[in-house]
Amino acid sequence: MAPAPTIIEDFELEVLELVEERSKRVRKRSSGGGGTVSALRQDHNRRHGSGGLRGKVMEGWAAKVGATAGAPLTKPPMTKTTENNIKPQRPSSIYTKLFGLFNVSTTSHQRETERRIMANNPEFNAQFNYAKNFIKTSKYTLLNFVPYNLFEQFQRLANFYFLCLLVLQLIPVISSLSPITTAVPLIGVLTVTAVKDAYDDYQRHRSDSQVNRRKSSVLRNGQLVEEYWSKVVVGDVIRMENDQFVAADVLLISTSEPNGLCYIETSELDGETNLKCKQCLPETEDLGQDDSLIGVFRGEIRCEPPNNQLNKFDGALHWEGNIHPLDNDKILLRGCILRNTQWCYGVVVFAGKDTKLMMNSGKTKFKRTSIDRLLNFIILGIVFFLLSMCLFCTVACGIWETLTGQYFRVYLPWDNLIPTDPAGGATVIALLVFFSYAIVLNTVVPISLYVSVEVIRLWQSFLINWDDAMCYIPSGTHAKARTTTLNEELGQIEYIFSDKTGTLTQNIMAFNKCTIAGRSFGEVIDPRTGDLLEINELSRTVDLSRNPYHEPSFKFYDHSLVDALDAGDRDCEAFFRLLALCHTVMPEEKNGKLEYQAQSPDEGALVSAARNFGFVFKSRTPNSITIFAKEVQETYELLCILDFNNVRKRMSVILKKDGRIRLYCKGADSIIYERLKSGQESLKHHTQEHLDSFAGEGLRTLCLAYKDLEEDYFQDWKSRHHEAAISLESREEKLDAIYEEVEKDLILLGATAIEDKLQDGVPQTIANLAMAGIKIWVLTGDKQETAINIGYSCQLLTDEMVNIFIIDAQSASEVEEQLQKFREDIRNVSATIHPQTNLSVVTFSVYSDDDAGRDNLSDAGEPNGGFALVINGHSLVFALNANYERLFLEVASHCKAVICCRVTPLQKAMVVDLVKRYKKAVTLAVGDGANDVSMIKTAHIGVGISGQEGLQAVLASDYSVAQFKFLERLLLVHGRWSYYRMCKFLRYFFYKNFAFTLCHFWFAFFVAFSAQTLFDPMFISVYNLFYTSMPVLALGIFEQDVNAKNSIKYPKLYTPGLKNALFNKREFFRSAVHGFVTSCVLFFIPFGAYYNGMDQEGRSMTDQQTFGSVVATILVIVVTMQICLDTSYWTFFNHVTIWGSLILYLLLQYFYNYVLGGDYVGALSKAMGEPMFYFTSLLTIVILMLPIMAWRFYWVDVAPNLSDKVRFKQRHDAKMASKRTEHDMHRTPSARRSRRSIRSGYAFAHQEGFGRLITSGKIMRPRNPKPGNVSNGRAASLRPDANKGPVAAPAPSTVEV
Amino acid sequence: MEKGEPRACRDVIKDNISETCTCQKNFTVYESFEKNVYLYYGLDNFYQNHRRYVKSRDDKQLLGKDDTAVSNDCSPFGTDGEGMVYAPCGAIANSMFNDTLKLFEIKLGGQAEELNLIKTGIAWPSDRKIKFNNPPGSLNSTGAFKNNVKPPYWTKNVYELDKQDPSNNGYKNEDLIVWMRSAAFPTFRKLYRKIDHNMTGFKFSFPKGQYYLEVEYNYPVDSFGGKKRMILSTTSFLGGKNNFLGIAYITVGSVDQLNINQNTPYSD
Repeated sequence: MAPAPTIIEDFELEVLELVEERSKRVRKRSSGGGGTVSALRQDHNRRHGSGGLRGKVMEGWAAKVGATAGAPLTKPPMTKTTENNIKPQRPSSIYTKLFGLFNVSTTSHQRETERRIMANNPEFNAQFNYAKNFIKTSKYTLLNFVPYNLFEQFQRLANFYFLCLLVLQLIPVISSLSPITTAVPLIGVLTVTAVKDAYDDYQRHRSDSQVNRRKSSVLRNGQLVEEYWSKVVVGDVIRMENDQFVAADVLLISTSEPNGLCYIETSELDGETNLKCKQCLPETEDLGQDDSLIGVFRGEIRCEPPNNQLNKFDGALHWEGNIHPLDNDKILLRGCILRNTQWCYGVVVFAGKDTKLMMNSGKTKFKRTSIDRLLNFIILGIVFFLLSMCLFCTVACGIWETLTGQYFRVYLPWDNLIPTDPAGGATVIALLVFFSYAIVLNTVVPISLYVSVEVIRLWQSFLINWDDAMCYIPSGTHAKARTTTLNEELGQIEYIFSDKTGTLTQNIMAFNKCTIAGRSFGEVIDPRTGDLLEINELSRTVDLSRNPYHEPSFKFYDHSLVDALDAGDRDCEAFFRLLALCHTVMPEEKNGKLEYQAQSPDEGALVSAARNFGFVFKSRTPNSITIFAKEVQETYELLCILDFNNVRKRMSVILKKDGRIRLYCKGADSIIYERLKSGQESLKHHTQEHLDSFAGEGLRTLCLAYKDLEEDYFQDWKSRHHEAAISLESREEKLDAIYEEVEKDLILLGATAIEDKLQDGVPQTIANLAMAGIKIWVLTGDKQETAINIGYSCQLLTDEMVNIFIIDAQSASEVEEQLQKFREDIRNVSATIHPQTNLSVVTFSVYSDDDAGRDNLSDAGEPNGGFALVINGHSLVFALNANYERLFLEVASHCKAVICCRVTPLQKAMVVDLVKRYKKAVTLAVGDGANDVSMIKTAHIGVGISGQEGLQAVLASDYSVAQFKFLERLLLVHGRWSYYRMCKFLRYFFYKNFAFTLCHFWFAFFVAFSAQTLFDPMFISVYNLFYTSMPVLALGIFEQDVNAKNSIKYPKLYTPGLKNALFNKREFFRSAVHGFVTSCVLFFIPFGAYYNGMDQEGRSMTDQQTFGSVVATILVIVVTMQICLDTSYWTFFNHVTIWGSLILYLLLQYFYNYVLGGDYVGALSKAMGEPMFYFTSLLTIVILMLPIMAWRFYWVDVAPNLSDKVRFKQRHDAKMASKRTEHDMHRTPSARRSRRSIRSGYAFAHQEGFGRLITSGKIMRPRNPKPGNVSNGRAASLRPDANKGPVAAPAPSTVEV
Repeated sequence: MEKGEPRACRDVIKDNISETCTCQKNFTVYESFEKNVYLYYGLDNFYQNHRRYVKSRDDKQLLGKDDTAVSNDCSPFGTDGEGMVYAPCGAIANSMFNDTLKLFEIKLGGQAEELNLIKTGIAWPSDRKIKFNNPPGSLNSTGAFKNNVKPPYWTKNVYELDKQDPSNNGYKNEDLIVWMRSAAFPTFRKLYRKIDHNMTGFKFSFPKGQYYLEVEYNYPVDSFGGKKRMILSTTSFLGGKNNFLGIAYITVGSVDQLNINQNTPYSD
């Protein structure tokens, strides 16, 4: 199947989709179709140069429609494109084939190949039956709840199994137990589950209706009406206001802003908080906000079917006989927030589940823990064991009936339906006994196991919800277990996939330090000792309040900088003047306060720093910038903006004031240093030292420089620049060359250091989690430099690391090459370097003041150094290819830290999926934004950061925490405990049920394999429910080996969970054998004692009821004693449940037999009236308990594990508590130890800045009659009337570059 | 149990179940028993604990609650051909042990003297009190059991089990109650009678000497390989004679042996 070249373009756009779908398929696809796919990818990538996928996608489409998407605003798209320019119809047959091939799961109805919509024409649109904007995530309705829920529940193997048992029990010939024994627990289980499902679904209904009931202004018959979101349909024209959520995916028609621009924030979609710019078609822009005009707008949109590509839209608008191409630039997606735009109109293109947001949210999968899966396996095994026991009994029964039973018919005739001939009769009876024993022995697979597991998990979830140590005080947000069924998996996490922005960082950039003319500012030095002081909440900030424009949130601690400014230090003034002038920030006056809109938070932070230090950027026009420098207004003529891009890594402005022309430049240090004028060696040297120091602290640095230009030179340059700017061929390259020419011989001013503020405790959390053996991968949409920087500042990357691999290749073969090289490196290094301890010593050094067991505890050595891998989204596309993913994973799994940058939401999910598939490890994804949703849903456990604006991540998550740092407690304490508890619970549970059920098996040898039960049927039905459930539930809920503090302090305690050590097949087997032996002793000791038993008055005591009651009672005592042994953390509840269940046993026995008239009346009381009972009990208990106790003491004594040691220490500490005060763990950031690496990040937005927009004047309101007039000193947008001016349709701007 | 004559009783009743066959068995007690000696009958290979056997009874009927209908569990010993309810119904009751055992002491002169055996107090008090009760009415064919017939294997009606003692008759009959408490294992013993220690010579013990057992042989066990035994036993603090606990305790080594009681089982 060789696709025609024409579809390669399409294919490229589908790459992500394909890769995603691929993960669902069988992996084997190295030849055939797979080869084609990878070939195509390579092909496509060769054709495209650098730039992110996003850029390429836009370019791809732009190339087709003939518009320059790279600079969409410099040249408005051609207005009336001809038919030829329209993207040719998708070769749908091949496309469908391809799509269908990869998308097997979604062929429920005819796949939409093209969407046709006519605005304001519901009749037309109705024929296509497009999805409404109604969102439904709920499963049930009131009517279908009972049948549907029951249907779902019986799909669970266990429930179905018990249903079958119930049916068997209803057949009298087979029934060895009354059906009640199964019916009661089964109904209980079903009810509890149903109630929980109903509650969950109610929550979903509520959140659905909350979203569906959001209001939106819809144009109906030329009139604006308020409608619920759910009532919005495809083809509706809706009006959106500033700061409103966009209700559906809409095609932008007109906006309040000039040139049909509008600004949106897409944090819900991709996590980026910077503004993005959208622009409507110039033709529709004229419709303005004239409702009657828009009401009759009948444009027909033909576009692609719904898909999950956030950055792509293909389509055309047929209107008034013309065809206008549509691209992603004209589409607002559901979930975006309108910003800085008073209003805009749009036609709904995709609604409800068809919106890109919903298509991206992935399917909600029913998540199950690995213990669940193991349980299923074990239960399957138990069922086989059960069947083999039944089979054995069947054969034995057949033999007995043949040898004895047929002759015993004198006293016990066969049932009527049994054949009378001995052989046939015995066979039939034997076969029936098979089922009878299946019923009797079914308690090895106890139904109450499932209920108990659910109850324990639910309760553990409450403990998580109630934990005040995971409450973020400022917002009062507690951690929340949104899914209650995954708790123990929290104790087994091996991989954490974390988002960066908003998760690790606060997304706040703070101007932290700077170096000006070789002098470093920003550190606080003790005036007396000259030592460096740690900056904390108590440190005194510099008082900047005399500046009317200062922001209270701005904090700076070094007074010397203000002093220098006050003293009129010219370098410092120049430094801040540059910061106030050289940027593309837009000013805005909101409620009388000056606010900045920056494309990247970094830039905003710099401009804001300048403002706080008295160099206030006030306003700009296309040709001017006005600042207040030390309260003096200065207006500069803006001659040129040499904007930022990824290659240049710098930006410059050329300004003219008082006849002097000056170029200001800021950029990455390496870039600036290359372009400095010679002869500043000492300054360069000092600045470099400071830069190194800043970088070592994880700060992002930028170098600032300037240069004065001669008028003549500038004019000459300007004309050449103009030439380059209007050239049609390789304009970018020419412009770059022109820029390069002027940006040289710069004079260094200094450098800034910006802190991408981490959330509290992130480095400690990461270090501690890493110590616990958890591997942390950061998946971020940020660019590489930013990501690496953050990697350092949160100690994911350290300077101790042997090597940091960076994969940034552009083609599949290069990626493979790089990966293979890294694999070699890893092999070489790990062959030569012998690991030595590092961090663990730091952690355990706390212990050094306590002599006991220090050496034992610090056995947690981690290899020094290690590797880290940084891969960008572009290379990730190839690395996730089926051919290379194993290689990628192999390299990645040898690395202590992996950072994937510039990844799309889907790639995040794919990375998670990759690890999930091949590593068989438990994964956790943590994120805060809608862009993390797919990853959160894919991972075994999804954690959402709550308390932020967007709720998407939280809604999709299984757990929500307010801060990343709470993850430490969630995993190391709650996760570990949950796992520990669950494992202990399961081990005990299987033990007690084997001990219980197998007694019947032993009894079978004495009852002619007739399936007679040893115990009272009533005892059988409530054994798991009342007599033994409560103590083990208390254990499952409250048990802890080590307290919370020590769990965090000794993260190595987490490793048993990672290794599945506490409950696995072997542990299960041990429990089963323990139960087996117990049942054996339980049966045969009383058997021996009661064989010819009689009471003191000679009455016979060997009857079946007495014997059964005795064994049952001893059984209850023994399993209760066993749980006493197992309980290491005694709470009030443990006491109540343990002693309570013994008392309850006696009470219930009495109540049932004497009050309700049970069959076994008198048996137990008779037995207990005789001393023999107590001697027998004592003997049995001693035989069963002594070896266990001896065994445990022996192991704790001879080979204690970490948990034992910590517990010992804990006890020791408790004794010493009065004497000792615990030191808090203090970790020295590794970054401070050695500073080798220089990390500089020109951390601007991913795209170009607003530079072109500014100079083109498009962004400005053309209200000032003379836009170029700067002499009045006030920029247009600062006029008092600027914000309340008439919002009539603005005339198109006339200024063009 | 057997008969010294050419044909053993078991063969006699195999041919004709209703024929009365009596046999004797001599035995010697070499050491006198301490006071309170009990007479048990034992059955081997008799599956009183078989599931279908155990459930084949109607506790409601035995409480005298309803005499006209019985639980299906009793089937096929629930009702006779005419729909008359068996009293008591079910396989357990139907198969009630019905041999009569008598003990004779052979005095020095050679003459035999029958030992006085007490037939009450052999069943659990709680069973007599809670689980068994006669239906209202006098204990005869027209009174309490007017709607009932005797179980097929029975030779007499339930109200004829102990005509002398009304409190030991009908469902309240202790032999019936003892039998109805089905044994846990296929080899079991049930208390049959208590030795009356008020007899001369038995005041303080069961003296050593020559005895014989006379059995009115009605109960066939031969067909399924069963065996019948007679056991004389005394009791102790821990009940009957059983070395198990003692040995077990010694083995476990935790406590010294507490008690091993004396008895002498006899089987034929």
